[in-house]
Parts: sequence; structure tokens; C-alpha cells
Amino acid sequence: MGSTFRYLPDTAQDQQAMLDALNIDSIADLFDDLPTSIRLDGELPIEKAIPEPLLMKKMQQLASKNTNANQHSYFLGAGTYDHFIPSVVNHVISRSEFYTAYTPYQPEISQGELQAIFEFQTMVCELTGMDVANSSMYDGFTSVAEAAALAVSSTKRSKVLISQAVHPESRAILTTNASGLAYAVEEINLLDEITNLNELQQKIDQDTAAIIAQYPNFFGSVEDLAQIKQIAESHGALLIVSANPLALALLQSPGHLGADIVVGDMQPLGIPMSFGGPHCGYFAVNKKLMRKIPGRIVGEALDANGKRGFTLALQAREQHIRREKASSNICSNQALNALASAVCMSALGKQGIRKMAQLNVEKADYMAKQLSKKGFNVINRAPFFNEFVIKLPVSTNTANRKLIEAGFVGGFDLSMDYDMADHMLIAVTEQRTKAEIDQFITVLEAL
Amino acid sequence: MTNTQLRFTKKHEWVLPLDEERARIGITNHAQEELGDIVFVENAEINQQVNAHDSLGVIESVKAASEFYAPLSGEIVAINEQLEDEPERINDDPYQDGWLVEIAYNKPQELETLLTEADYQAFLSEEE
Amino acid sequence: MKPYHSLIFEISQSDRSAVDLPESDVDTIELNDKFPSHLLRETEAELPEVPELQLIRHYTALSNKNYGVDSGFYPLGSCTMKYNPKLNEDVARLEGFSRIHPYQPEETIQGALELLYQLQEDLAVISGMDAVTLQPSAGAQGEWTGLMIAKNYHRQNGENRSKVLVPDSAHGTNPASAAVAGFETVTIPSNANGRVDVEALKEHVDHDTAALMLTNPSTLGLFEKDIIEIADIVHQAGGLLYYDGANANAILGKTTPGKMGFDIVHLNLHKTFTTPHGGGGPGAGPVGVVKELTPYLPVPRITKEGDQYRFDTEEPLSIGRVKGYYGNFGILVRAYTYIRTMGPEGLRQVSESAVLHANYLKKRLEPYFVAPYPQICKHEFVLSGINQKKLGVRTLDIAKRLLDFGYHPPTIYFPLNVEEALMIEPTETETKETLDAFADTMIQIAKEIEENPMMVLEAPHTTVIGRLDETKASRKPILRYTKHE
Repeated sequence: MGSTFRYLPDTAQDQQAMLDALNIDSIADLFDDLPTSIRLDGELPIEKAIPEPLLMKKMQQLASKNTNANQHSYFLGAGTYDHFIPSVVNHVISRSEFYTAYTPYQPEISQGELQAIFEFQTMVCELTGMDVANSSMYDGFTSVAEAAALAVSSTKRSKVLISQAVHPESRAILTTNASGLAYAVEEINLLDEITNLNELQQKIDQDTAAIIAQYPNFFGSVEDLAQIKQIAESHGALLIVSANPLALALLQSPGHLGADIVVGDMQPLGIPMSFGGPHCGYFAVNKKLMRKIPGRIVGEALDANGKRGFTLALQAREQHIRREKASSNICSNQALNALASAVCMSALGKQGIRKMAQLNVEKADYMAKQLSKKGFNVINRAPFFNEFVIKLPVSTNTANRKLIEAGFVGGFDLSMDYDMADHMLIAVTEQRTKAEIDQFITVLEAL
Repeated sequence: MTNTQLRFTKKHEWVLPLDEERARIGITNHAQEELGDIVFVENAEINQQVNAHDSLGVIESVKAASEFYAPLSGEIVAINEQLEDEPERINDDPYQDGWLVEIAYNKPQELETLLTEADYQAFLSEEE
Repeated sequence: MKPYHSLIFEISQSDRSAVDLPESDVDTIELNDKFPSHLLRETEAELPEVPELQLIRHYTALSNKNYGVDSGFYPLGSCTMKYNPKLNEDVARLEGFSRIHPYQPEETIQGALELLYQLQEDLAVISGMDAVTLQPSAGAQGEWTGLMIAKNYHRQNGENRSKVLVPDSAHGTNPASAAVAGFETVTIPSNANGRVDVEALKEHVDHDTAALMLTNPSTLGLFEKDIIEIADIVHQAGGLLYYDGANANAILGKTTPGKMGFDIVHLNLHKTFTTPHGGGGPGAGPVGVVKELTPYLPVPRITKEGDQYRFDTEEPLSIGRVKGYYGNFGILVRAYTYIRTMGPEGLRQVSESAVLHANYLKKRLEPYFVAPYPQICKHEFVLSGINQKKLGVRTLDIAKRLLDFGYHPPTIYFPLNVEEALMIEPTETETKETLDAFADTMIQIAKEIEENPMMVLEAPHTTVIGRLDETKASRKPILRYTKHE
């Protein structure tokens, strides 16, 4: 036994030696403490083991059943984007000193991971304009709910207001989270495709812990955070912003506009779409909330010789210490993906990230203008980043079928979450060429 | 320490009545030793109305976090602002420099329910 | 190798970059023409500027200062630091898995859905549950998901049960997850044998009990022999039984949480099912439930109709969404590949070897360290450094001394109910030679503590950095780089 499974090293001789040391006859004796009534009679009824060469083939076949971004041009975004990922990213995260390590609880042998995360935190602070960022969260959507929970616990107020221009999945997870922690969630309707500020003004009150807005919003439009901040501030509520980090290369940072908590997902910077996960939430706050931030955080520290190093800091906030007093239960994070996005941001650099963001603006702008010229109605009234909404003569579903045949993955069907039949949310990243854009429009024209 | 006026709780707070209306609160030497190096105090707020046994705040050490509670009912009238930058004062001098809050207490009878130093020491040796 | 101490910001020089982006093939845009000026950046985000080779050297230098399972033995208790198969990494990077979008039409992602559906089925069998959601992205999120399911189930039955019972040996996430799900936690003490005190349990279980959360084997590495009785006590009071799957590496193919009487189970794919820990994540924490609780699972669920796989969002009793999209797909692909690699016989042997290794290593160390629970253990065991503490050496010091010998230390000071705890989980993927070498080292350290304690107290001696001043790091935290002019 043992020899057929390459991850199991024990030989029959090894096993015998260990059994002898334990003074027992068989491994079965080590399971004597399982009551007989709960023991399994035979093997688990699952498929038999498959040797590596055959399994790789099988997995390749399974993978090939999926339409992927190597074969098709993607105009689908809505929170997950087909962006360029420099080759260096995969090479760095494939170093197994990084990916086979646990959480860096032993700083002396984890300086690499700790320093990389410290650098990541710095980059997130730079983009968001915030004082403090943590080492990452599960994803951007769950980060919104974590931000709301933080606002509720730190303001001791019982309600959050969230714009309907925030991603539908963020709102869905927020609702689940709120039903556990027992705070109220009220949605603010849209005015065209942006948050209705008059309604926000009316709904905010002394019980409001926070206003949650998205920047750019779900429809690609850039919300005026300065105005939303004014409304929040006049009622002592916090401003939570969910932001696309790539857009922040060009847009004024939410921190500068008065945000108290900024969250989002690093996926646009170095993380593959991977069918929606794992991505990498980020979480940044102003100094006041530093000791309330959920999750792990890395800080600089000195050893006895005065040498600079890095270690997990402010651990007294965390669930393993607070236990039943915790306001967040987050334990693991997405460290490897935080590393990936740090490598991507370092590779792009200060100029490169702006250039990449600028390409997104220009290509989306070009496509929207071309569509307008061809008679399609572009819905966005506010300026947009790399996504916008158009009205189609047919359902989005029908349009997407035609697009797939022509080699395109079309935009997001807004009828699924909004009263917007025949409306498509189109994303145009730097990956799309003018030729692809023109061909995509040709397909739409033929509908 | 050993100020005969000092009173104690089983949750390891001390109370020093300053006059008929006002008392100073802190945590005991035993409590600071248990916590280890204190790194941060989330203190109560001035004007906060509290009932005896309410949580007043949280004291954090490197690897622990512990709430502290109001031994008396009343209003918080002062907090030790120096703890914000120097939480280590609690470790260094828990009964003087490391005080936490002052309460204007409105139920003087509650003072009677607190432990004397001898009672508290006896309680500690029981807990061991 | 030359020592390297720079932050990436400190090697940055203006006008360098490691990426060449194409020039725009459409009209250029003046940002000020498109966006209001107050919504445009005035100052640039200070990202580092480094050429490609220097970037690679930077991160290579960092990786050289990091220790993973591929570097050496990593007996971190309750974390199951087993080998992370390389095939899994290659499969997850196949473009048909890594370059697909979560909102693509169902007919274009049948391969992905088939994989998820099959994994749901496999995990249901392995856990003895009737249905599984793959959405939770970590064990803690799985716990919260499971407790929200319990909450909604009780509510549907017209009950507002407010308490979750948790043994004192439980992971810290258990009470935290209960709090976030809006429950009060009641701690159940362990008995002298390290197991749940059944009499104490009886006293605490009542009509207000929503669930008992149990890790079995426990964090002490002990199997709860009274599990049938425990399940009966909780069920008779109308409560549910929650299985924390952190220690499932001990039971694969031997028993299932379903057989033990559990109603809700989470499994940590990054522990039992070999997906890498990644320096802290990403992981995945699928949740399985018994039939009665199936309607409460998060949406969307992945179902099969004929030979087509699809999403099902129409579940009126569902607790809703817990995570974006369908979970950490890339991690799920790795776990699926592992299960297919091992098959039923392989998985059973995983647990058998894990348990054999733990008992063998325990046997070798017992003469030198106090073993508070001398009976057979499962996949991990706990030692206490109380005798060493009497000589002035703490468990933390032992952990730091192990670093000098090239080992990652065990979990320390956990579980909380063992003083000076050292929690050791060797896993099945290590050789007997490795176990012996580690035991020899532990024994040597035990001798050092008697003969030359300073050697241990001042450890580590060989690492790139000494023990860090964590107190100062938490009093006056420096959490980001700031440029010194």
C-alpha cells in the first residue's frame, strides 16, 4: 500500500516500523475510538483515482468546453474584466516559497510575504488616498458588507444607505450580512444612471451609519463623491466608497474627496477573471478607523539590533483574539492575489498605470461615440470610465447569442437586476482593438 | 499603592472616591500583568451616561483585548487623554498615571458593594 | 547570496517601467474635456518605477526570505500544511478555467459548471451531506454561512433561537462567526479527557440553542467518542449540529460528519484538499447540509437538467448570497483535481497515514514534553511546555529555536485550554525520515533547555532577522511606506 499514490510516501516497511514503535498491529487500531455505528463499510462512492497523464487530458477537455478570452474578444465587465496581465505576475506568484506558505505568524521566516504585503498596503493607500489599508479581503463585494458592519459598529447607528448604482452582488451580500448583524439597509434609487442625490438627502437621518456609493458606479459613470460626502457629513454618517483601483489611477482619490472607508477589488490589476474568483478585496480607512479595520495588517518593526523587519500588527482586533466580541470573523485573506496585484502595479509603475487607465477611457469613449453615430442610444449622462450602457433593438440575451457566433462575448444583461429590458452594459478595456470594436458594432447593427 | 480608600471589583477595576460625587477608575496591577504590554486603549467618552457593569471600553495588548467596566453608575466627566499616546502608563503605574476615567457617580450606595483591598487580595488567591 | 533589504519604493527611479503598453489605436482624449476637474487626480499615485529584471530580482529576494511547505517540514497544528500538488496549479491555469468570465452565457461555460457540479457531488459524499454550496471563500465564511442557514431554518419554524454552543477548545473563528450571524456564544468546558463534557452540555442545551459547533476530531486531536449522544442531546432540544471541518484530514473514508449526526458541515479545501495557503489565502470553505436544510443554501446553486448544467437562483428560503459569483473557482478547480487524483482508496489512505504519523511523532516526543492527553490521537496532537516553563523557557522560545533548525514551528498557545500548548500536525505527505529528524530536533531542544537555556531563549540565531518588537509595532504602528525627502 502507498506506492500507487505519489503524494503518500510511506512504504510498507515505514508503516511497520511506526506500528512497532506504537506497539500496535495495524492502522485500524488507531481508529478504535470511532464508534462502530459511524464507521464507513466500504470505500467512498466516488470516482476511482486517475493517473496524472490521463487526468491532465480530462481536465483539458473540461476546460476546452468553456469559451475563453484567448479565443473570443470580451466586452463583458460588470465587476470582472479582461485586462492585460504582465508575464512577471504569474512567475512571481508561482514561486512556491510564497504560495505554499501559511499566514506569516512567524515573522523571522516570513519576511518576504510580510514585506510584499506591506508594499501592497502602501500601493492601495496611494491609489485610494487613504491612511491605512489592510492585507486584503475575500473580494470587493464582501468588502462592502464588511465596511458597512464597521460603520455600524463604530458609529453605533443602525442603518446604512446604499445606492442602487452599487453592484447588485455587493447589495445582495450586504443584505445577507445585515440580517445576521441586525442593521437596516435602505436602497437609494437611480436618477438616470447615477445615484439620486435628492432622495439620498431625504432618506438620510440620525440613525444612518453610512452611505455606500460605487466609483465608477455599476453603469460605468463617475459619481460626484464630493456631493455625496456633503450629505453624509451633515448627518454625521460615514462615506463608504467601492472603487475600481484602475480608475483611481486617473480619478481623484476617494480619500481626497472625504471617504472614510474605501473598498473594492484588485482584479483589474494582475488577477485573472477565473470565473469570478479568487479575486482580491481591498479595504482602506482613514486614521480614525485604523484600529477597527477588519482582517490582517502588516506593520514595520525593529528587532533587538535595530534592523527593520515586518510583522502582523494590531492583532488584538482580530477574531482569534476577540472571539465572541468580534465584529468581523474574517480569518484568511487573499494574500497570494494581493501579491499578484502588487507585482502588476509595480510592473506598470506610476506612469504605466495611468497609461493603461487612459487606454480604457479612450477605447470606451471611442466605442460609445461610434455607437451613437450608428443610432444606438448611449444611456450614460455622467462621464464614464471604461463601461457604459446602450439600448438595443432586441433583448441582450438575443444580441449576445449573435455576438458569440461572431467571436465576441457581449455585455452584461441589465434586465437581470434592473427594470432595464434590452439594455446592455458594455466594458471596453485596453485589450480591445479598434478593429474588434468596429466588428462588434457591425454585429449589433445587423440585429 | 495601598490607599485605604481604594475599592475593587471582581473584574479587576479599582475605584478611588475623590469626593462625595466623583471617583477615579483604573485597572489593577494584577489586570495589567495579565494583559502584558498594553498597546492601545479605546476609552469611554466624556458626558457618557453609564450604569454599573456597563462596558466602558477596551484595553488592547499585543495579543489580547479586554473590556473594562463601570464599577459605579453616573456620568463620565474626565478621561485620561495621555493614554492615547502612552498606553504603557497603565503597565508602568496602574494606580496613578495609568488611570482610565473619572465618573460623577449618582448612586453612592454602590460604593458599599465594592471590595476592600483585603477582600480583593483574598479573591485573587481564590482565583489562582 | 547578497543580503537584500530594500523596499520596492526604495529601488524606484523615475521613468522606468516593466510594461510596454501599445499606443492607442483610437482618438486620444483630454481627460479635462471628459471629467469635471474636481474628480480628476491632482497628484499621481506614487507607485514604484522599476524595470523588469530589477522587479524580478526584488521579488526573488523576497521569496528567498520566505518559508513554505516546499521549503521544509511545516507541522502547524489544525492548518494541515500538506504538499500542494503541482498538477493542480497547472490545471487551474488552463485558459479554459482562468480566462473565463462569471457572467458568460451558461452554454459557453458548461465545462466549468460540470466541474463545480461534480465537486458538489463529491464533497457531499465525503461529508455525508445531501447538498453542498461552493460559494464560501474560507472556513470562517463557511461557518457564518452555516450559522445563517441555521438561523433562517429556526425562523422558518417560528423560532428565534439565540444561542450557539462552542467547546472551549474551538477555533477563535467559531465564536466570532456566531457573533456576526447575530448569535450569543455559550462556551462548553472540556472534561479531564479533553473531550466535550456531556453533563455540562446537557445543562446548557435548551430551547434557545440554535446550534452546537464542533470540530471532530477536536483541536486537541481527539475524536469525540460520545458524538452520537452529543448529537442526540442537541437534536432533542431542537438544535442543529455544526461540523467545523478544519480537522477533516483525520476522517476521510473512515466516517463522515453525516454519519456522526451533523446537519451542517464546512470543509477547508486549503487544508484537507491540498489547495495552497498562499501566504494567508485564497482558500475555499464549501458548506454541506442535510436535506431538510437544502432550501436555505446560498444562491445561485448549480444544478443539472438532462446533460445541461445551469444556475438556479429561484430559492425563496435561501439565505441569499454570501460571496461574489460562485466562490473561489480557481481553488475549487485545484481541489477537484486532487480528489480525482486520489480516488476513494487514496483519500482513505490520506487519513490513515496522517493519523499514523501523528501518533508516531507523539510517541517519540512524549518522554520529553508533557502530553496532557496520553490516549491515541487522530491527525494532530497537543503537547504542553509546562515543564520547560519551570526552567524559564516558554513555548514561544521553543518555536523560535525550531527556526534555527530549518523547521516551521507547530501552532503555539492554542488550544486555549492547554497551558503552553504546542499543537503538532505532521500530515500524511511527509516521510518517516522527516518525522524522525524533527523528533530528534525537538529532543535536542528539550536537552538544551536543561543544559543551555540561553541558546533557546535568544533564538532564533540564524534567521534574516531577530525577534521583532511587536509591542512598539502595535503602539505606534507604521503600516505603509512613506518617502523620506
